[in-house]
Amino acid sequence: MSIWDRLRGKREPTSRQVARQRLQLVLVHDRAKVSPQLLQTLKDEIIAVISRHVDIDRDGVEVTFTQSKRQSRLVADIPLQGGSRRQK
Amino acid sequence: MPARVLTITSGKGGVGKTTATANLASALALHGQRVVAIDADIGLRNLDVVMGLENRIVYDLVDVVEGRCRLRQAMIRDKRLSELYLLPAAQTRDKTAVSPEDMVRLTDELRPEFDFIVIDSPAGIERGFKNAIAPADEILIITTPEVSAVRDADRIIGLVEAEEKETTYLIINRLRPDMVRREDMLATSDVVELLAIDLIGIVPEDEYIIISTNRGRPAALDNSSPAGQAFRNIARRVMGEDVPFMAIRESPGFLDRIARLVRGRRI
Ligand SMILES: Nc1ncnc2c1ncn2[C@@H]1O[C@H](COP(=O)(O)OP(=O)(O)O)[C@@H](O)[C@H]1O
Ligand SMILES: [Mg+2]
Repeated sequence: MSIWDRLRGKREPTSRQVARQRLQLVLVHDRAKVSPQLLQTLKDEIIAVISRHVDIDRDGVEVTFTQSKRQSRLVADIPLQGGSRRQK
Repeated sequence: MPARVLTITSGKGGVGKTTATANLASALALHGQRVVAIDADIGLRNLDVVMGLENRIVYDLVDVVEGRCRLRQAMIRDKRLSELYLLPAAQTRDKTAVSPEDMVRLTDELRPEFDFIVIDSPAGIERGFKNAIAPADEILIITTPEVSAVRDADRIIGLVEAEEKETTYLIINRLRPDMVRREDMLATSDVVELLAIDLIGIVPEDEYIIISTNRGRPAALDNSSPAGQAFRNIARRVMGEDVPFMAIRESPGFLDRIARLVRGRRI
């Protein structure tokens, strides 16, 4: 990044910001005792179960953690496929 | 009123538990409290040298637990503060020589005669840690503003919560305001937000800690040491006083912003 980028207000994140972001993620996973791999497995299985009953946008599915204070929660965001129900 | 038991612990080793125990115990005694400092780091005895009392040890914690001496015989009176005592750890034994029940029994025997019992915990999450927190009324978790130390502190907070020890406080040690201003160190607010427990002290990085450890005279006894001042403030907060946090300037000033702009990429 050149000094001009910085003068125009662009800057790469500071090491403090990077540390804070990395810790946020690490702590959420540590607290929930859930690894990124497990999160992926959960996502795959949720997609399998839900799509047996409803038509969903598989690529749009997101399974994430959120936290407030010391409470973490698992959030699944599952977009439905637009239009009419598919006939099998 | 019977003594309150404060245990100082951490997830990561070397973040300042022994330093904090020696200084908090000294500062409390300086404020007129009757204090016993207990070294629960069995096998890695250190509190004695940090307090400068290593030459006077005859008996230790394990001798008391195994009945080779009375509790009072193992307690060493401080050279400078007449209301401060040390109960040293054994150096040649391991942590299994003492159980959490032993610690509870021992502190119960001390409670009626003192105001504070401050316990120095070993690092980690095993027997030694369980021994140290078993009798605690309040647990002070100490961390440095670094990724690995904060992560390990979070683990410990989780474990302490699982033990249903409700009262936990955070001490941030070795803060470098200059680095925070350069945005190269986690700020106090970052650590407090991440760990989500109450802050009870911010101790700056201070070379006087090394000098005072060399001399075996805790920094809390020295008026010119910034860390010593921070520990005296923690002692007063523990005693229930509402002491404002020391003015440690963490936000960048004009010159810091210019320096950041010019310096370019950081390592
Ligand atoms: N605020 C501080 N400023 C400078 N050095 C410190 C500070 N706190 C601790 N230290 C140093 O860090 C090292 C580890 O401290 P110690 O109290 O022995 O940690 P622990 O008991 O957690 O293993 C020691 O060399 C000590 O002098
Ligand atoms: Mg130690």
